Amino acid sequence: MSASVAGLVALTIPAVQKGLAKRDFSAVELARSALDFAEKENPKTNAYLHFSPERALAAAQKVDQKLAAGEDPGPLAGVPLAVKDVIVTKGVRTTCGSRLLEHYIPPYDATAVIRLEQAGGIVLGKTNCDEFAMGSSTENSAYGPVRNPVALDRVPGGSSGGSAAVVAQGTAVVALGSDTGGSVRQPASFCGVVGVTPTYGRVSRYGLVAFASSLDHIGPFGRTVHDAALLLQTIAGRDECDSTSAFAPVPNYVAELDGKVAGMKIGLPREYFEGLASESGDLILKGVEVLKKLGCEVREISLPVTKYAVPCYYIIATAEASSNLARYDGVRYTIRAESGTLSDMYRATRGVGFGAECKRRIMLGTYVLSHGYYDAYYLKAQKVRALIADDFRKAFAEVDAIVAPVSPSPAFKIGEKIDDPLEMYLSDIYTITGDLAGIPCMSVPCGKTSEGLPVGMQILTRHFDETGMFRLADAFEKAGGFAG
Amino acid sequence: MKITEKEVRYVADLANLQLTDAEIGRLAKDLDEILTHIDTLNELDTSHVQPMAQVLYDAGETATLRADTERAPLGNEAALANAPLAGNGYYKVPKVIER
Repeated sequence: MSASVAGLVALTIPAVQKGLAKRDFSAVELARSALDFAEKENPKTNAYLHFSPERALAAAQKVDQKLAAGEDPGPLAGVPLAVKDVIVTKGVRTTCGSRLLEHYIPPYDATAVIRLEQAGGIVLGKTNCDEFAMGSSTENSAYGPVRNPVALDRVPGGSSGGSAAVVAQGTAVVALGSDTGGSVRQPASFCGVVGVTPTYGRVSRYGLVAFASSLDHIGPFGRTVHDAALLLQTIAGRDECDSTSAFAPVPNYVAELDGKVAGMKIGLPREYFEGLASESGDLILKGVEVLKKLGCEVREISLPVTKYAVPCYYIIATAEASSNLARYDGVRYTIRAESGTLSDMYRATRGVGFGAECKRRIMLGTYVLSHGYYDAYYLKAQKVRALIADDFRKAFAEVDAIVAPVSPSPAFKIGEKIDDPLEMYLSDIYTITGDLAGIPCMSVPCGKTSEGLPVGMQILTRHFDETGMFRLADAFEKAGGFAG
Repeated sequence: MKITEKEVRYVADLANLQLTDAEIGRLAKDLDEILTHIDTLNELDTSHVQPMAQVLYDAGETATLRADTERAPLGNEAALANAPLAGNGYYKVPKVIER
């Protein structure tokens, strides 16, 4: 199927559906081509950690059988996609980018993966990421860093750098990532694709390996707003396996992409534009002009607690992580360092198994939860979190959406920031607020710098208003906003 | 100094983490820098703020309870399949109690 191979790089979900309907290619042919192409291209970026050809071809066969029988093969029929390696896949190795899980074969599927496959989606493989999703550059993977397909000497962002990279590189049509402090939006911005962090609880976390449970989200990547929206509506909705998943009905986001954004009130938070690298800032302000032309009413707003979001986040996220990562003790998960007593074995296993960033976060989290420090750190951070959520609540009484940068600067060079953890943490400033408040937020491409590096614009809306967020992003995309 | 190497060793002990001397030195420096930055939170008066543990939405009190229906469990074999060492249906670990 050379015709479909040639088009793989720019394929979208509607193009796959059209090709299948016109019998230009079968789902199996497309899956084979996509796997061949991805395996051939992957050494350039190291974005995939492993492929799942048997699973992909079996799923594609099912789609072809349904098509032959005249049945509806589902909204994602035949769509080649990738899944971040912190989301478990039954029978397919899931490493979380860690040596500790090098040989881990999960005995069950994440709910999001089950829903993707029920909709006809084809899982090509698992994508590289920062170890246990801890990082902003995908340099913390035990299996080597991912290169940004747009500029191979630069990072793709993180922690879902592999998922952003495969969508940008064309080795998958869409992908799943996870976001705890910006791990979907920041790599989407760095790689020039669409990345979505839904409302907390919108997508079941069952099968998402836990990092910080009160902040973890599964979120989609796509090359268009339409594809990301379709992916989200496929995986969203209540799941009895995750008691924090929301009961709210899932709207048909795609049907609401009607371009009706005239009169929409948009807030630009002052605190997000101070100290922004000028070229990124200029591109976003140019994007704001596009929104004005579409009839949006733009005004300045204030989110005064913003500057405290980084310290607040790095207390809560590390405290939860230190607890969640306690399970990797050499008893249940594949790797054990043999050493004298049981206690020595725990320590040795964790000492050799975790990478530097995980150790740093486990240590910080253990420290802030340790005896005598709880009130000063963890409780204080939970109160500051309430203030940050309150900032947004007040803002959304005035405006329908907030538009902001995703990251202070575009993709940086591999190795540039790895030795300065605090600087790396501070670069998360514009994305962690959305996670702390639990509101939906996304990154849409907003042009490129003079060096050709993509810049993303962030859109944030009220809890469960993914519909409004997608409508605005889609109108922006169609108005040529992506081209900058 | 917010944190000394001695405290780093104590916290590593609590976290069940074996660290090299080089790692201890590096962590003391990194954690000191991060904890100093975290101190900026004290500029905020939070005495009248209720802590926020989690994002919560309105739902009935028993809404999160699933229907009480039988489901197949994971099973012993599948549960142990990833263990570094297992036998007779159990995880095996180094001896805890000496005779």
